[in-house]
Amino acid sequence: MRRRLLAWLARRPEAEAWALLGPGTLWMIVFFIVPVVVMCAYSFMPRGTYGGVDPGFTLEAYARFLHPVYLVILERTFVIAVLTTAFCVLAGYPVAYAITRSGKWRTLLLFLVVLPFWTSFLVRTFAMIFLMRDTGLVNSWLMGLGIIKQPIEMLYTPFAVFAGLVYGYLPFLILPVYASLEKIDPSLLEAAEVLGAKPAARFWRVTLPLSGPGLVAGSLLVFIPALGSFLTSDLLGGAKGLLVGNLIQNQFSTARNWPFGSAASLILMTLVLVAALLYLRVGRERE
Amino acid sequence: MPRWLVAFTAIVLFLMHLPVLVLVAFSFNASKFSVNWTGFTLHWYQRLLEREDILAALRASLIVGVSATVIATAFGTLIALALARHRFRGRTLYEGLIYVPIVTPEIVTGISLLILFVFLRVPLGLGTIVIAHVAFSISFVVVVVLSRLAGMDETLEEAAMTLGADEITAFWKITVPLLWPGIISAALLTFILSFDDFVITSFVAGSGSSTLPLIIYSMVRRNVEPSINAISTVIVIGTSILLYVAEKLTRESA
Amino acid sequence: MADPVVELKGVSKSFNGTQAVRDVSFAIERGEFFSMLGPSGCGKTTTLRLIAGFETPDADGGQVRLMGAVVNDQRPYERRLAMVFQNYALFPHLTVERNVAFGLEQRKTPKNEIGDRVRNALTLVRLDPGTFARRNPSQLSGGQRQRVALARALVLEPTILLLDEPLGAIDLQLRKEMQLELKSLNKQLGTTFIYVTHDQEEALTMSDRIAVMSNGRVAQLGTPAEIYENPRTGFVAKFIGESNFLDGRVLNPSGGLWDVQWGDTTFRVPSANGVQPGRTIRIAVRPEWLDLVRPGHVPPGENALCGSVRDVIYLGETMHVVVSLPGGTDMTVALRNEGQLINPLPWRRGDEAVVAWKPEDCQILEDE
Repeated sequence: MRRRLLAWLARRPEAEAWALLGPGTLWMIVFFIVPVVVMCAYSFMPRGTYGGVDPGFTLEAYARFLHPVYLVILERTFVIAVLTTAFCVLAGYPVAYAITRSGKWRTLLLFLVVLPFWTSFLVRTFAMIFLMRDTGLVNSWLMGLGIIKQPIEMLYTPFAVFAGLVYGYLPFLILPVYASLEKIDPSLLEAAEVLGAKPAARFWRVTLPLSGPGLVAGSLLVFIPALGSFLTSDLLGGAKGLLVGNLIQNQFSTARNWPFGSAASLILMTLVLVAALLYLRVGRERE
Repeated sequence: MPRWLVAFTAIVLFLMHLPVLVLVAFSFNASKFSVNWTGFTLHWYQRLLEREDILAALRASLIVGVSATVIATAFGTLIALALARHRFRGRTLYEGLIYVPIVTPEIVTGISLLILFVFLRVPLGLGTIVIAHVAFSISFVVVVVLSRLAGMDETLEEAAMTLGADEITAFWKITVPLLWPGIISAALLTFILSFDDFVITSFVAGSGSSTLPLIIYSMVRRNVEPSINAISTVIVIGTSILLYVAEKLTRESA
Repeated sequence: MADPVVELKGVSKSFNGTQAVRDVSFAIERGEFFSMLGPSGCGKTTTLRLIAGFETPDADGGQVRLMGAVVNDQRPYERRLAMVFQNYALFPHLTVERNVAFGLEQRKTPKNEIGDRVRNALTLVRLDPGTFARRNPSQLSGGQRQRVALARALVLEPTILLLDEPLGAIDLQLRKEMQLELKSLNKQLGTTFIYVTHDQEEALTMSDRIAVMSNGRVAQLGTPAEIYENPRTGFVAKFIGESNFLDGRVLNPSGGLWDVQWGDTTFRVPSANGVQPGRTIRIAVRPEWLDLVRPGHVPPGENALCGSVRDVIYLGETMHVVVSLPGGTDMTVALRNEGQLINPLPWRRGDEAVVAWKPEDCQILEDE
């Protein structure tokens, strides 16, 4: 009996493929694609009196977004995301490079990077709070040493958000960069050496370009979550609704403006997809 | 390797771990508010066991984690198999789309699911949490399992077929045993993602149910006390163990 | 007369519009060592896979018959044949003995029987069961793995054994040994061996018959001697051994033979299909069929083309002399070394030389 089913399937390789893809794809369509479509629809509908939406079509959610207040938020989010990415690259690339050269320490060092990567983001963000608050470790330590008399207000500032984001996403950059540095064929560097290139030149002209794909991937893995970040600014930034993520969340809790929240989400998602596509194109050109 | 690079790396790695190390250390501090060390104690850990809400949330997180992991791993593995072994129309498009959930910001996924559930008048609770977790985990399982499948020899199944095994037997006796470490690895990592998820869960949990991250968040917001350090430490240790096991599995069969 | 054990009738197979196998027909006898030989992309592996059942012929693409029965729609596990793969395909998670036992377990062979048969199979391929049975494939060398793959196939006592370039990844010395072992297993067991390779020396060494394939078709089918001595097309003449090619226009008959115009001179060929006045023909002459003589010393009755020596290549067993002929053609002559070829070398660059051969020592090629 099952032989007959198998024989039937063997003659239709596409049917076999879709039998495997079926359940998962269905789930994704219903619980990922459909929600986004509905959200898209909501963004064009008028705001409901008690939250939610009323039937109709309007562009007022998008129009609202063009207010300077909200554009400032968008700009601020973008700037912080760019700064975070840049800083992660500066701090993370050398570390990835060092790990490739670390010989017997490699497994340990990798584990030291992989562990924060997987540790609960919430826990790590709380750890930052613990360090940075007025009664936190850094302030107590500085005051104890007599360096300052009053606690420095580190928490609830844009700086705190920036620090939290870098701390949170640094491992996301190190791992892809490490992976692509790892793959570089050592004989290429030897060839460059034979042709007279000194260590610095070898790095800038061989290693760095060849690690391009990893750098692109890592930057994306930092930039995109930073752009859409919510938790970090919520806990470390204070109640000011600093970034786009907070703005969106707000629309679905206190502000009760679902169409506006949906519109903002779609704008965010578009920005993310554009960033991803741009990065990938740059990445592919370099290859 | 240049000296400055060693120092730089050491500093960066130290800073990457410092906050959590401090957190763990102070979970044993007798003092409730200040950062002065007043004595070693396990009091805060005991507190965890006394708090029903935390235990209930832990239970919920475990239930959701296991359920979402099982479903996502099953679906994701099947998809990976299809992508690795079959040619079909729309394949390149599918491969691209699989990555979209991974790059979508959590807030967008969370919001859109909330909207869907409200629109369909589905009551929010553990069920909707599981649904959401499966939705964002499938892509991830596909990526992990696919990379393992890519390294696998296709002719092994063919050899089995020449020895009398049909497709299904060949799958169970040859492919699955070889793929198993990769599947378990993907499952463990999916569990970690589900267990630790805050943003998406906060939107689809509704008022009745709470998972561990949700409880921790409200504790951080309202009343900070070293119990948070204690539960965080438990989470960190648990994650390390699961990671270690996952790593061992991938290494063994490489 | 028994049914041939494998028969292909007009089999065609295409992938995405490209034809990999075109109208291939042949019949393989029981116990034969049959090889399919050709360059990459010629369709030999696809043909093997059609026999195995991994591919199905196109809708109107002929029949594959095993033991007289049409098996086009049968899956590989329904056909009673065994296969050895190029990369061995040993199951990495099973020991050698579980690997070899796999097919027997599939057939629900009783447990006590399995042990004995596995041991015998390993001994058959010259692996000591005591040493190797419990090992894992990763602990074996390439040659050992191939033997295990062979044992795994032979333990089933198949009527037909398919081999897909099994010796490709093995070094030269061991490869030659294994070629002889395979040949002897074929004779000893009476199993029909169907072998795919791109190495013509290998095919010539082991096969009872060879199907030389090119572009999805069988260019020529015959015994090694037939294929070597009488290649039918230019492709076969070039792929197997070495050949010199000459194109000429047929003129008139002359004493049982035909004159053919070549450049400013003529040579003679025997009668054959395609040899008609006015037609252009192409002949192949193998280097060892040629004589190299000084001008004026041409043996009577032989064809002669005059030129000068361009290159002398000393190869130990033979010496190849490349002679430049007027019109830009080169011909290579192979001289056997019987001790007379050295001190001093009989031919040097620039020497005037005449390439000569008996008219019947050539092969008139068919159009491709």
